[in-house]
Amino acid sequence: MTATMPDILVNVIIFVLAMFVGFEVITKVPPTLHTPLMSGSNAISGISIVGALLIAGMGEGMMFDIVGMVAVIAATINVVGGFMVTDRMLRMFRRDTDTN
Amino acid sequence: MDTRFLMMQLAYLLSAVLFILGLKRLSHPDTARGGNQLAAIGMLIAVVATLVGGEIVTWQWIIGGLLIGTVVGGLMARLVKMTAMPQMVGLFNGFGGLASGLVAAAEYLRYSMGVAGTSHVPLDASLSIMLGTLIGAVTFSGSLVAFGKLQGIVTEKAVKFPGQQALNAGLFLGILALMGWLIYETPLAIAAADAGTVNLAYWGLWGAAMLLGILLVIPIGGADMPVVVSLLNSYSGLAASAAGFVLNNNVLIISGALVGASGLILTRIMCKAMNRSLANVIFGSFGQTAGKGPVAKGEKRTMADVNDVQADDVAMLLAYAKQVVIVPGYGLAVAQAQHKLRELCDNLESRGVNVKYVVHPVAGRMPGHMNVLLAEANVPYNQLYEPEDVNPDMANVDACLVVGANDVVNPAARDDPNSDLYGMPIIEVDRAKHCVVMKRSLNPGFAGLDNELFYLRNTMMLFGDAGDSIGRILEEVKQL
Repeated sequence: MTATMPDILVNVIIFVLAMFVGFEVITKVPPTLHTPLMSGSNAISGISIVGALLIAGMGEGMMFDIVGMVAVIAATINVVGGFMVTDRMLRMFRRDTDTN
Repeated sequence: MDTRFLMMQLAYLLSAVLFILGLKRLSHPDTARGGNQLAAIGMLIAVVATLVGGEIVTWQWIIGGLLIGTVVGGLMARLVKMTAMPQMVGLFNGFGGLASGLVAAAEYLRYSMGVAGTSHVPLDASLSIMLGTLIGAVTFSGSLVAFGKLQGIVTEKAVKFPGQQALNAGLFLGILALMGWLIYETPLAIAAADAGTVNLAYWGLWGAAMLLGILLVIPIGGADMPVVVSLLNSYSGLAASAAGFVLNNNVLIISGALVGASGLILTRIMCKAMNRSLANVIFGSFGQTAGKGPVAKGEKRTMADVNDVQADDVAMLLAYAKQVVIVPGYGLAVAQAQHKLRELCDNLESRGVNVKYVVHPVAGRMPGHMNVLLAEANVPYNQLYEPEDVNPDMANVDACLVVGANDVVNPAARDDPNSDLYGMPIIEVDRAKHCVVMKRSLNPGFAGLDNELFYLRNTMMLFGDAGDSIGRILEEVKQL
């Protein structure tokens, strides 16, 4: 039997498995890290930048140029801002033993 | 399969692996910073792989967009005050949702305007496009409202009106109907080479979905903001996943699902910390029944019923205590008093007093917000405790200092089944030998409920601005 799976089925399988990976990987997060985890994972959700770049580079006319560029700007703010602010927060966290 | 495409897909796989490793490290304090950097490297790899391996024809829009986004995002990340972190994360969520939604929009236009070169739109493609549009647009506008509420541009109160649920339900059904119509009509429009009407209807879908996002967030009050921010965080991940379905791109699906999962975990933690179901947060009418607590049963309490003290009394109590517990709330951050508080605690510790900070999970405006604010004031994170670490030993605590917190120390949450707060885990400061509450006035907290704690015999109230009060206590302690 050589029936190929439709794309959407493959996508659903990947999505469900990745959700489980997410739940397993993150599970117990100490409250100290709730905010950085959120802003860091938020930056990861800026992965749509990949799609945005493809649109902006398509060269199919003004409508696509505008939609693409707005998407690139939004995603880039999300990615760059998210990772930078997370790093800024995590730099402040220290243990007692690091004092002076 | 050509080699370039294969290399691009392998690079995406590497990015996904780095995201997973990064998130894993982000959940442990010692490795968190490295984890964030790992995830950032994963993102860089994905971007470079796309620019090299994708079929890029024009570069000016890409370069312009990357430059503008980098400058704006970088400036925001550098300049934002730590107190304003929740609204900024809310705004970033919104940008993520917008980008994901626009990816779906471009794919729709590619079909409808004949760029895809076929009038056959597979059902899975059009379903993905509709779903991606809906989630992206709801995340975008909902996040903007959350931003507005946290920034004080939109009222923090829950905005409710009669028929609200019915309106939301009707709007949602209308959106589904519009989606169905678009899925049916678009191939016909392509065949007739007339995309005008369907394109207009598609942008109408954007408008309706954005209206839904606004309507879903405005009825949620200030006290529930940590839940909303977490939920929108999860949505921004799901929006990225949906964009991945649209493009058949695995790295988008995987990364989006990871973020969706982490947002859901945080949402659940926040709901648990308030002992409320998610449905109750989204649809419930919290704090609308204020005054049916124990106070309403008896007489209305006034200033005469409280034990009003001065800074020198508090200084004496703290300086000669063995065990002191500090309960910081958002009011501390508003008064910008966290640095002075740490100075006071350092002084107490140098006298041999054992000081613990106890942070409630919903203190502040987003999950873990108070921990960030205290870290900024140089409080080491291993001095911060969770309520369940301290509650069992509370009877041995000589003095609790409650600074700018209210609902999270309200004993009604434990004792009064009629209270709206009932069942919410609290920090049981009322069981300590002494409790000092620093407050501006007897006004109720975020939840709009009166607090029995203020009238207990072992509670002392120190009225005034938290920053001034702590400063005065510090001066007094130094002279002892």
